[in-house]
Amino acid sequence: MNPIFNQGTSPAQRLTLVLLCSAALIFFDHKMASFETARGYLQSLVSPLQYMANAPKQMMTWASENIVIRQQLMKENQHFRENELFFHEQAMQLDIVRQENERLRSLLSSPVRGEIKKMFAEILSVDSDPYSHQVVINRGTNDGVYEGQPVLDEKGIVGQILHVGASSSRVILISDISHAIPVRIQRNGLRLIASGSGQIDRLIHNFVAHSADVKEGDLLVTSGLGGKYPEGYPVSRVVLVRTDESREFATIYSQPVAQIDRLRYMLLLSKETTKEPSAEASKTNSGSLKNSSKAGKS
Amino acid sequence: MFSNNGIVILLTLLIAIMASITPMPLSVDAFRPDWVLIVLVYWCLALPNKVNIITAWVMGFILDVLLGSVLGVHACAMALSVYIIVVNFQKIRNFSVWQQALIIGVLSAQYHLVVFWLQRFLSDVVFLPNYLYPVITTIVLWPWVFLLLRRVRRHFRIK
Repeated sequence: MNPIFNQGTSPAQRLTLVLLCSAALIFFDHKMASFETARGYLQSLVSPLQYMANAPKQMMTWASENIVIRQQLMKENQHFRENELFFHEQAMQLDIVRQENERLRSLLSSPVRGEIKKMFAEILSVDSDPYSHQVVINRGTNDGVYEGQPVLDEKGIVGQILHVGASSSRVILISDISHAIPVRIQRNGLRLIASGSGQIDRLIHNFVAHSADVKEGDLLVTSGLGGKYPEGYPVSRVVLVRTDESREFATIYSQPVAQIDRLRYMLLLSKETTKEPSAEASKTNSGSLKNSSKAGKS
Repeated sequence: MFSNNGIVILLTLLIAIMASITPMPLSVDAFRPDWVLIVLVYWCLALPNKVNIITAWVMGFILDVLLGSVLGVHACAMALSVYIIVVNFQKIRNFSVWQQALIIGVLSAQYHLVVFWLQRFLSDVVFLPNYLYPVITTIVLWPWVFLLLRRVRRHFRIK
């Protein structure tokens, strides 16, 4: 046992030092947002830990995927084939509709929507912190992930990228209490804001007038207004509308359509769109429109 | 910290950190014990000259980075909990294991409440009773961790 009398600093001194450090950290991290780059480095530093902590679960899924009977695989394969045929047919239809839409939009000389680049990602870990809803995915700056990038699963919007590391990054979910997303009702185009509630199955819509036309079961899609999320992806479904006149605004809750509590594979959407040809097309079109109007005047 | 097989302490802390971030089903996740806190408390009781408040703060900071919370929140709570142990380690050492378990329970509750208060101060989180479920598992886990780590300490002759 070492002598107990000649210790350098007392516990109280150490505690004050450490508390001051945390106070400074909390202030700079929360209020100044000056730690973004440092957080990126820290995230890359600890990502080996995350990969290691994820190893047991990955082994389990690997085992369960490898130990399947032939019959099951054949059944699955059949199912996928049917699905593929179905989607293929839809894609053909979609192609025609898209071309038509582009032509109409260029006639109206409004900007044509470009293709959105997509990237596949797999979930690494889910936070055990009950105060924030975040997950970690296996893509980082090396794959071209950037902050604020929208993330979705096969059903709808999941969230956006919060911190980017070299080989992993953090996604904040739409149900997080500090997250909000601009949406509109698909039925009538009414614009709302969906804020996270901290509960996995509930989004809250604040400041909606009693007279607003919202019904239970309405599908809410992204409105593309904030510039973060592209337009038209499903977000949530309204589950409760309570118009209590004694309150200032209506109480509206909705439930995310994406299965946020059982995520595994996700898609990242990129902002870099292939605008070049369509922009030129719209220019020439507007040019010809102008010419024709001039011709009409003269 | 690294003399006399002190590296083993670091290894146990690393394992504790991994245990606190391994993915779990949602229902089990609410009951995840405070692995890092338990291991830190054991080493503080056994070897207060090696593991102290600064160690606890650094571990809390790593947890902050791993959990994605605001930097400094878990670090602050961890340091406060370990401070109580460091100041009273000679008394707590003499208690029986179950009495110690109750004290660890109180510490764990304090840890979660400090984290909650800080989060409440930073954003509008609301208190749910299941934020304190880990306290139960932490109390149950302490005797086993205590016996295991004592074995580790004697086997590697960490002083």
